[in-house]
Amino acid sequence: MSRTRAARAAILLAAVLASSARAETSAPDPWPGLVTDIFQGREIASADGIVSLDAPKRAEDAAIAPMTLRFADPAKVKAATLVIDQNPMPMAARFTFGEKAGVDFIETRVRVNSYTNVHAAAETRDGRLHADVKFVKASGGCSAPAGKDPDEALANMGKMKYRAFKAAAAGRREAQIMIRHPNNSGLQMDPITHAYTPAHYVDSVEVWQGDELIFRMEGGISLSEDPNFRFSYAPNGAKTMRVVAHDNKGGVYTGEWPIADAS
Amino acid sequence: MLRYFAALIAPLAAFFCPGPAAADGAGFALTEIAPGVYAHQGEISLMTRENLGAIANLGAIVGDEAVAVIDTGGSLAQGEAFLAALREKTQKPIRYVINTHAHPDHVFGNGAFVETGAIFVGHKNLPRALGVRGAHYLAAFRQIMGDALDGVTIVAPTLTVADSATLDLGGREIALRAWRTAHSEADLTALDAKTGTLFAGDLLFLRHVPVVDGSLLGFLDVADRLAGVKAERVVPGHGPLVAPWPKALDDERAYLTRLTAGLRAAIKNGESVKDAAQTVGAEERGKWSLFDDYHARNVTAGFAELEWEGP
Repeated sequence: MSRTRAARAAILLAAVLASSARAETSAPDPWPGLVTDIFQGREIASADGIVSLDAPKRAEDAAIAPMTLRFADPAKVKAATLVIDQNPMPMAARFTFGEKAGVDFIETRVRVNSYTNVHAAAETRDGRLHADVKFVKASGGCSAPAGKDPDEALANMGKMKYRAFKAAAAGRREAQIMIRHPNNSGLQMDPITHAYTPAHYVDSVEVWQGDELIFRMEGGISLSEDPNFRFSYAPNGAKTMRVVAHDNKGGVYTGEWPIADAS
Repeated sequence: MLRYFAALIAPLAAFFCPGPAAADGAGFALTEIAPGVYAHQGEISLMTRENLGAIANLGAIVGDEAVAVIDTGGSLAQGEAFLAALREKTQKPIRYVINTHAHPDHVFGNGAFVETGAIFVGHKNLPRALGVRGAHYLAAFRQIMGDALDGVTIVAPTLTVADSATLDLGGREIALRAWRTAHSEADLTALDAKTGTLFAGDLLFLRHVPVVDGSLLGFLDVADRLAGVKAERVVPGHGPLVAPWPKALDDERAYLTRLTAGLRAAIKNGESVKDAAQTVGAEERGKWSLFDDYHARNVTAGFAELEWEGP
């Protein structure tokens, strides 16, 4: 395929991906611009069974919309990016997986500001990009993509929790990592002073079994308050699960737990 | 031909059938539920262009010298209709506008009262809550309500309450109480001591499924403590105009208790938040209006709160 044809195919595919999820507003589709900004304009093929995204039809709570990325063959997947197209900061999270981690799903929670497409783009170890897309309706009523109790969020900042679950398949494990953090967007204006709250959010999380990386996450303000990750992985026999998280103000939060038997 | 006819009729129908809250106050029902205490019943519905966001119960208390308004409605138009209807009952100055919390159906009418010179009163967290959410609410409800949102502004309180406070209307005292995070992070109740009428805001839902936008455990705790408030009657944030006290709390407490128990069991079983949203508390469906609009959201928020319990 020539360069031009490849580029044309990429545009066509992007258009197909965009139209496969319903767009209810007449606003221009941000996805082509996001492909440029986040993926340097690289060609993005359809999901092709490499990646799939479970998204709710509607964000029941605008502050907490669960999203699950699934990978049919985790050995092939090097990284995955979750994009909430219409959010002020669309790139919610980019996950990079350890070579033998075998993560076949990862669930996290995001803020959904308005009706939006959500993209899950996986990068395979041979350097190709594949994306799945779902359309998510905005929450109604008084729901807002904001924290529930900012005082408590700040008071508990940095607390972590680890849980182990019975994995669906033999020889695999399932775990959850939870980190207390307000994940302030910085888009919050005081109505009297008109001052903006500075953004304060978790920008990276690393999860290790022993000295092998399971995944590294780089994230932004589209992740919900109290970032939360549930995932499966291939155990390497290590005795401990270790987490290192950083926020954009230089905060470092760590946790280490004995790898528990499934609850 | 038929289409042509319909096109001709539509604007006429709009002309003869104004919305539920015409700005002259004529269509705005304001009922005296106790001597000098007025309340307006919102419809049990989501905010729409057609209902002008008029879904919350609103109130006013008239003292010897002045008036206190409790919440202002879901649009400027509804706030203006409320003010006009109130002016037909009393010409006394409106000294206070009390906002029970930051949600749009309770504060979007604030702008109608700015020129009365009233002091806006709220929970100490209300300015922050409006700051965090105001811009989002304006944008989100512009999409839903279109031109019914015209003129809506975010008006923050200048008198805030950290714990409790008393407002004097002349021969009539209003006891305000600020609560811990429960329905929301800025819940404030107002009690008219003279008649024992409690304005509970959205700490009390009747018929309309309760909405948890703050803390499930906080809501349960505050509902328990609220039951200890000595009052004759209550005006809920949503539901009938007036209800017996404290029996009015029973259904809400049962719902929140069942939701909490269901969530704890789901979390213990290792269910995901997504699966829990489909199953937990489903047996409450038949008891409430707007269940499908809010219940899965309550489960989602409650799950994220309760999974931090325990080791």
